[in-house]
Amino acid sequence: MLLSIGLPLIIEKLVLIVVVVMSSLVIAMYATFAERKVAAIMQDRRGPNRAGPFGLLQPLADGLKLFFKEEIIPNLSSKFLFILGPCLAMLTAMMTGAVIPWGDKVHFFGRDISLQIADVNIGILYVFGVVSMGVYGIMIGSWASNNKFSLMGGLRAASQIISYELAMGIALIALLMTTGTLSLKEIVQQQQEHWYSWNIIKQPLGFLIFLICAFAECNRTPFDLPEAENELIGGYHTEYSSMKLGFFLFAEYINMFLSSSVMVSLFFGGYDIPFVNDASLAESIGTNWVALIHSGVFLFKAACFLFLFMWVRWTIPRFRYDQLMNLGWKILIPLALINMLATGAFILLQQNNWHF
Amino acid sequence: MSAIEIMFWFLSILALGAAVMVVASKSPVYSILFLILTFFAISGHYILLNAQFLAVVNVIVYAGAIMVLFLFVVMLMNLNAESEPHQKNKWLLYIGGISGGSLLLVIVAALKKTVATTQLVQMNNGEVGLIKNLGIKLFTDYVFPFEISSVLFLSAMIGAVVISKKEG
Repeated sequence: MLLSIGLPLIIEKLVLIVVVVMSSLVIAMYATFAERKVAAIMQDRRGPNRAGPFGLLQPLADGLKLFFKEEIIPNLSSKFLFILGPCLAMLTAMMTGAVIPWGDKVHFFGRDISLQIADVNIGILYVFGVVSMGVYGIMIGSWASNNKFSLMGGLRAASQIISYELAMGIALIALLMTTGTLSLKEIVQQQQEHWYSWNIIKQPLGFLIFLICAFAECNRTPFDLPEAENELIGGYHTEYSSMKLGFFLFAEYINMFLSSSVMVSLFFGGYDIPFVNDASLAESIGTNWVALIHSGVFLFKAACFLFLFMWVRWTIPRFRYDQLMNLGWKILIPLALINMLATGAFILLQQNNWHF
Repeated sequence: MSAIEIMFWFLSILALGAAVMVVASKSPVYSILFLILTFFAISGHYILLNAQFLAVVNVIVYAGAIMVLFLFVVMLMNLNAESEPHQKNKWLLYIGGISGGSLLLVIVAALKKTVATTQLVQMNNGEVGLIKNLGIKLFTDYVFPFEISSVLFLSAMIGAVVISKKEG
């Protein structure tokens, strides 16, 4: 029943929300640090190493610097929308975390607490809804800047995100046909049995398309035309300064982390520990420890994806804009459609015992 | 008043207020933003009816895709109060007001007679809005209208392509 909820549940969910939000913020913070370190290693440099041991306090220093910068709001802009833009970007970036299963469950105070904020039965569609909202932060911010170049940057970003959303959706349809459910929790649970029951084995092409689209949705290289800082003008955040600029840039890192998490739970078994039988492990060391290991494994997989994001950024140059649109509309969408049709035909044949 | 009723009234006032603001606000960009707010309020109503699929599809399709295109057009044309042609003809305003008012009258009169007033909406325990039931309904009972509407969408897409080809 909707809304017939008790106080313990509210407290449990509030704690979970705070933990998820804080940890995604901290992880995104250290993703900025990791990006600079990875870049440094790839270019034979040392990277940030002054603030704190091994430069570990560098993200704090960056944030502090952004906060202390002068805040400029353009004169003729709509002030409310100018502030709303980065707020929306942050909000939509954080909202995806609500449906991702970070682990199975923990047992505290005689209650089984699921490590997922909301197990809605349309989980993956919710992710899509939030992703499609992500455009607004960019568009509103760029328009409210009252600057032609910002507006052009915003349009560039928005059309890229919309174009790649399509291929992403079609690639997911094929995956959903094999899983038969939209709930992220159930999708993860289906992948628990063996390492070869992970969806990457069943949908390799779908995963590839999804990965490319995730790069494009996060505005990462090779699709970072919206903010290509060294050849085009800054993009949608040209007029932004201080922490509002920081929010736009930071939202990108949160998006990266959360899209890595979505990919892990859709294609790489979520919190599944490969080669280990979770049920027998739970018997020997207890549910809570298993939950901890589960979350650790999940975060490790997500960290691998984060590394992939950075690796690609510091290796490959970017597309030209027409190439980007060609790739999205003329290659990825037909590929995704073929993948969907093939999957459908396969499932039908299987249901028909391999007879035509 | 239960939590559901409070949410119902909140969402209804939000939807109506935002819809009024769509018409009343001076800048078209604000109008579109209020329209998006209206869609969100309507999605909230769907969730109250336990129709999560409809709610999220409403957000994805209307608020997420169509409104973005609206924003594109309005932002690129840079419409604002100054560039809008001033409506000189007073009679047009009166005629518009009268015909709109009579339409409202007809709708209210028609709605008063319908059965819907005697039936209470199934709050939070209807099952048909869940994706499984909705899919089964769509592909068994309503399969013909469903397919027809997909043909309609296809023809609209082809039409859009043809129109854009003519320009270039």
